[in-house]
Amino acid sequence: MEAVRIVQGRAVPLDRSDVDTDQIIPSDWLKQVERTGFEKGLFSEWRDEPDFVMNKEEHAGAKVLVAGPNFGTGSSREHAVWAIMQYGFEAVISPRFGPIFANNSTKNGLVCVQVDGEIVQQIMAAVVADPTTEIVIDVERLTLEVQSLDITVPFHLSESVQHRFLNGLDDIGLTMQKADDISAFETGRPAYMPSAG
Amino acid sequence: MSNQPRTLSQKVWDNHVVKAEDDGTALLYIDLHLVHEVTSPQAFEGLRMTGRTVRRPDLTVATEDHNVPTENQHLPIADEIGRKQVETLRANTAEFGITNYPMGHKNQGIVHVIGPELGLTLPGMTVVCGDSHTSTHGAFGALAFGIGTSEVEHVLATQTLPQPPQETMAITINGELPEGATAKDVVLAVLARTGTSGGIGAIAEYRGSVIENLSMEGRMTVCNMSIEWGAKAGLIAPDEVTFEYLKGRPHAPTGADWDAAVEAWRALATDEGATFDREIVMDGSECVPHITWGTNPGQVAPIDSNVPAPESFESPEERDAAERALEYMGLSAGMAMRDIEIDTVFIGSCTNSRIEDLRAAAAVAQGRSVKNGVRTLVVPGSGLVEEQAKAEGLDKIFTDAGFDWREPGCSMCLAMNPDKLAPGERSASTSNRNFEGRQGRGGRTHLVSPQVAAATAIMGHVALPEDLA
Ligand code: SF4
Repeated sequence: MEAVRIVQGRAVPLDRSDVDTDQIIPSDWLKQVERTGFEKGLFSEWRDEPDFVMNKEEHAGAKVLVAGPNFGTGSSREHAVWAIMQYGFEAVISPRFGPIFANNSTKNGLVCVQVDGEIVQQIMAAVVADPTTEIVIDVERLTLEVQSLDITVPFHLSESVQHRFLNGLDDIGLTMQKADDISAFETGRPAYMPSAG
Repeated sequence: MSNQPRTLSQKVWDNHVVKAEDDGTALLYIDLHLVHEVTSPQAFEGLRMTGRTVRRPDLTVATEDHNVPTENQHLPIADEIGRKQVETLRANTAEFGITNYPMGHKNQGIVHVIGPELGLTLPGMTVVCGDSHTSTHGAFGALAFGIGTSEVEHVLATQTLPQPPQETMAITINGELPEGATAKDVVLAVLARTGTSGGIGAIAEYRGSVIENLSMEGRMTVCNMSIEWGAKAGLIAPDEVTFEYLKGRPHAPTGADWDAAVEAWRALATDEGATFDREIVMDGSECVPHITWGTNPGQVAPIDSNVPAPESFESPEERDAAERALEYMGLSAGMAMRDIEIDTVFIGSCTNSRIEDLRAAAAVAQGRSVKNGVRTLVVPGSGLVEEQAKAEGLDKIFTDAGFDWREPGCSMCLAMNPDKLAPGERSASTSNRNFEGRQGRGGRTHLVSPQVAAATAIMGHVALPEDLA
């Protein structure tokens, strides 16, 4: 994945709670074997409605998605993260994320900014009132800043995730450096553990 | 290990730490990796791109389930993209030396049905799969959770997964189940209590007499929907019921290995005095037959009740969600659940497609007939379930009653195959998700138990078996 330090730009206000991954990318889109092209499936059922917020011209090119609580619950499909990123978003702000979605995001460099519901509502209102509202997410300082609202709030990423984001590191490569530990562990596994072969 | 009392999930976790980091993140060894066609192609592609290989093909098992049709499985899949995905899985598993159970094989089926029935899932294991309902395997006292495609690639390459520390949670259900209640109602009642986020950040252990008295099938149904109330995984301590179920299964240990295993498994139960970060205590009497009325599984209520009014919810969030849900579902507040008319009944999915589920539904269907105009699908969870059901004559009971008996797969649980709801069509479904469009664009889903699904098919509206003449 590519390194991420700062996400800066405009936002799309998606004022709904419980946006599950079936909404983010409906199952018809999961039949592909490639890793690209998922932006077309992003919220595809909602995007058919002309007045759906993402269809509004003033939100074109936004980098941040602002959503209600429980964003990304449901299915483990990583396609949801791919779709959001391939559409052009680099960060999602929500009071609460589905855990698998949040974890998948960390493997792709999508920044999940979890902050208090009231802050999210403030930002949502600000973006609705003025779609040019600038949002700055700083992965190094772990802060979310909206100058026009005069707010700067911290958010959390685990140290290891932050480290990987800042350096664009691949998880698998890091683990493979521990191959000796893995081999040592394997020699101690109980004999009754089944093999699938 | 320290002598401090530990919970079941802590013990399983501790037994799998390859290396612990300072921030509490642990590199966990994975005992069983289940793979299916939908979330794996990009992972295998990643391996090829980086010149990596599969570390333990012998701990990896694949099957075709999500997008396979449930009719004419002896023919190639008509849908071109779906067929390509299945062919890709076959090519990938052949290339990397992984066992795959293809359509038509008796061991094929929904990935969470075949793991346990083949004895691949055992107590004390770590089990992962690129599917959120991997929590099902927790019924055996395994630490089992769903992962994304990047993690599928990680496990293929290293047989491990880095995991941040998790909170522990106990959900204790004391007393007894009310008459007519099922394991599905247990987990729907948990959802009624916790909503969709009550378990976020936690690994949950289900305990108490209600859980202990469930069969393995029932326990799997409960653990299956752990993800629906937000838990990362849900476990149940292995006991005699577990051992009885496993003994003699194809991959279960035998002879002296079996004895050693059972001894180790007994020691997994949560120690006296161990504490959980969070606890919920419920009474079995809460677990009356339930049904979902909305568009997330937390929007659920007893069948003996009415569709709730949005104003009855405390938080503005929940009120908004309820309003949107009622609109999508085409329901009005205050109507009796039993007055909801149903177009389609789906009996299947990794929640409720095991032999016991089919027996329970067949017992309701026997000697009765499906209401005119109601579409039905009965989809066994695997080739082995199908075989067993046929041996018991269940397929005949269903077809005599006018139900449509199908071949194994995920089917209308997520509608990736031709089994879909049409826009506005309403289902009673034994699956686990009632999200907007989950069973087909514009489709409306009500989650219920197999017994309720069967009774509903016969009445044409939401019904309990006891409502039948
Ligand atoms: S039956 Fe449904 S929930 Fe279960 S594995 Fe298949 S698609 Fe997922």
